[in-house]
Amino acid sequence: MKNPTTVERQSERELVVTRTFNGPAHMVFEAWTNPELLKRWWVPKSFGISFVSCEADVRTGGTYRFVFSHPDFEQPMAFFGRYIEVTPHSRIVWTNEESADGPVTTVTFEEKDGKTLLVLRELYASRQALDDALASGSSSTGGAAEQFELLDELLATLARS
Amino acid sequence: MVQLQEVHLDASFAALSDATRRGILQRLGHADASITDLAGRFRMTLTGMKKHVGVLEQAGLVITEKVGRVRTCKLGMRRLEEVSAWIERYHQLWDARFDELDRIVEELKRKKRVDGKRKGR
Repeated sequence: MKNPTTVERQSERELVVTRTFNGPAHMVFEAWTNPELLKRWWVPKSFGISFVSCEADVRTGGTYRFVFSHPDFEQPMAFFGRYIEVTPHSRIVWTNEESADGPVTTVTFEEKDGKTLLVLRELYASRQALDDALASGSSSTGGAAEQFELLDELLATLARS
Repeated sequence: MVQLQEVHLDASFAALSDATRRGILQRLGHADASITDLAGRFRMTLTGMKKHVGVLEQAGLVITEKVGRVRTCKLGMRRLEEVSAWIERYHQLWDARFDELDRIVEELKRKKRVDGKRKGR
């Protein structure tokens, strides 16, 4: 049976994802740190995205660069950043530097009775940064994203006036 | 879906093009208010205020609720709904990723069993 995934906005600037895996922490950790394995699950087939390249030097101070393509993208999209902390089998922390206000992501692995509880936290610099990420992601086209920005500006002006 | 969103946005912009309506939103940002309160504050007739509130309501920026003889206005939930739609997609993404990750964990477990048997010999 499949274990449920939960997503929660736990504070003004934090999103939290949890999931249990039916295997020991060292195996789940390996799937995150071995680029060959990471490549196989990070871009789910159902999303129509595929890897153009996947470079990940998963150790404290190492960097990563993922390039994806999708039939709807005019150009491949790159995601990159740095691993701030990599502690075998228990914790990985990295930055998301493709946008100025990118969050810091922390994943922890906690093993109990042969199963592993995974908790992923995306911590944004400010409430505004998380709100912006939510607003830009809420539209499926770039044009609509710009419209939201315009609407946000209008609403922000109202709040100040 | 996208078209529907755009219709909503156009309605939002039209609603925001009027200074009184912007003032109403600002007022409701501080506290809910009845149509009568708003009419008094903006020195308008009830009918005029009802029209403005109607435009804001259509744009999803304001919702109204009638309790007894009083119609109370508050800020709309549309933005919140958009945010929850995003969270839903984010949830789907992680859920799909973790389903694939499950397969890898199963594979690693099988591999370990096979290796273990070999070592045992």
